[in-house]
Amino acid sequence: MGMTMTEKILARHAGRQAVAPGESIWVDVDILMTHDVCGPGTIGIFRKQFGPHAKVWDREKVVVIPDHFIFTNDQHAHRNIDVLRAFVKEQDLPYYYDVGTDKYKGVCHIALPEEGHTRPGEVLFGTDSHTCTAGAFGEFATGIGNTDAAFILGAGKLWVKVPETMRFEFEGPLPPYLMAKDLILHIIGDIGVDGATYRAMEFAGDGVMSLSIEERMTLCNMVIEAGGKNGLIPVDAVTEAFVKSKTAKPYEPVADDPDARFHSIRRYKTADIQPTVAKPHSPDNRSTARECAGVKLDRAYIGSCTGGKLNDFAAAARILKGKQVKLDTYIVPATTEVARSLATTMLDGESLVEIFQSAGARISQGASCAACLGGPSDTFGRLNKSEVCISTTNRNFPGRMGSKTAQVYLASPYTVAASAVTGTITDPREFL
Amino acid sequence: MQDIIRGKAYVLGDNIDTDQIIPAKHLVYSLSDPEERKLYGRYALSGVPDAAAGLPQGYITFVAEGDHRSPYQIIIAGKNFGGGSSREHAPEALQIAGVTAVVAESYARIFYRNAVDGGFFVPLETIQPVRTEITTGDELEIDIPACTLKNLTTGKAYGLRPLGDVLEIVKAGGVFAYARQVGLLKS
Repeated sequence: MGMTMTEKILARHAGRQAVAPGESIWVDVDILMTHDVCGPGTIGIFRKQFGPHAKVWDREKVVVIPDHFIFTNDQHAHRNIDVLRAFVKEQDLPYYYDVGTDKYKGVCHIALPEEGHTRPGEVLFGTDSHTCTAGAFGEFATGIGNTDAAFILGAGKLWVKVPETMRFEFEGPLPPYLMAKDLILHIIGDIGVDGATYRAMEFAGDGVMSLSIEERMTLCNMVIEAGGKNGLIPVDAVTEAFVKSKTAKPYEPVADDPDARFHSIRRYKTADIQPTVAKPHSPDNRSTARECAGVKLDRAYIGSCTGGKLNDFAAAARILKGKQVKLDTYIVPATTEVARSLATTMLDGESLVEIFQSAGARISQGASCAACLGGPSDTFGRLNKSEVCISTTNRNFPGRMGSKTAQVYLASPYTVAASAVTGTITDPREFL
Repeated sequence: MQDIIRGKAYVLGDNIDTDQIIPAKHLVYSLSDPEERKLYGRYALSGVPDAAAGLPQGYITFVAEGDHRSPYQIIIAGKNFGGGSSREHAPEALQIAGVTAVVAESYARIFYRNAVDGGFFVPLETIQPVRTEITTGDELEIDIPACTLKNLTTGKAYGLRPLGDVLEIVKAGGVFAYARQVGLLKS
């Protein structure tokens, strides 16, 4: 019987010819990533279980990226980064991107590919639910907790249940007013926040394969918002060109067998999709920007692993160029590389930074997760009261961006920028 | 793992995500420090909107101000309990607050895995939705080998799904103990 990409990757890493959905298997791990929120807990369990002098299983395969609570005066948060730093030194880990140094990166899911740690056909685990972002590179990538991460640190392997694969095909290139965020919010609205629980979500069709690597990352990033275990996109020339530009390490891509079995196949025509919005307080509370037209807002936020990449800011800049925002508009680049590119990427003779500054937006001085997950109360852009915010981030749970009384609408960078200009939720077609 | 688990019920709705179980601003405390880790118990379930906290009436705090242990030991919840973030602080916060079992209609995958592999409490699933039949504060009894949940306050009993694949890990007390039992880890 044929296998899906996910099944093939897992079989290879279990040393097996074939695996079937539902089987529990032990897989060898190519990369383990952790950050400042879950790293200290992981390190604590590692030491307790493997001993105070234990060494990690393979120092070349551990990547440590502080990114969550960085630009804050919270002393506990600073202490957690000290814990990471001491562990990295003790274990002599080569891939650590320390705060306050030139190596500092910012949001781990964007930093991983920038630094060449995401490669087709591999198995990546991370102590963050949005680790699934890396499925955009044709690899198996999923989030785990501290205990599982500590197990990998010492043993280099982990048990997984082989997931069934749900396939989502998009026909036709994206219309100029749509972004990958609209596609994934549309899917989550269709299947619900638990519609893909325990399953892989594979994205295919010419509509998906015409997307840039950054847009593919947006699709895979939010599979967890449907409960998915991992997201996957077939490997093509776009993937290979990106990966080869970041790393010289060899890798082996996989493809679906022609007779691979899927849990289900859903087909969409991209031209039928509207600029999509998820209303408070759930990513599956789907509506369209047009249906929400006129909803009054207090704030706009562009940032995070799903909405703070260079292409996200380039899209927002297309709408904000030459206009003024009516809302407090927060710009938070995901990584230092994205932040630098904002100054060098030009749109009709103006840099993105200049466009945002002229529009009256506030640009974060540091790249990090910032207010996407609330964070300490002094976090840039955090919703500390009952504000209504439209955001390019991935979650609008109660209290996610700070106060339990705040309301968050999720949308594409186009829709967020258009709404920032008018002060109410606005379909980007009014500006494009 | 105990075969019989007794305790008071704390009832919640559908889609209780890990941001509600432990809001992100609290994720800075040490889990290794025996005193500091109590703060996770203190703030367990503090992100649940007040009207949805302790159903059916709501507005019932899970852990009293200044305390880190809850008077409720068994969480009853609806669909997709523990969605969102992979923070293991969420199941651990419930354990620190004194939770010994969660009975939900279904779980989000990472939370379920963390509860099992970390050995924090027993995550059980109901066969039929039961949360509307249980009131926060009811006395409950779970019989794991028999796969039943009894509401001692009302006298009604409900079926639970067998733990299946993960039973051995739950019995061992987590993935490390399990891996040692089966010889995957040496010491």
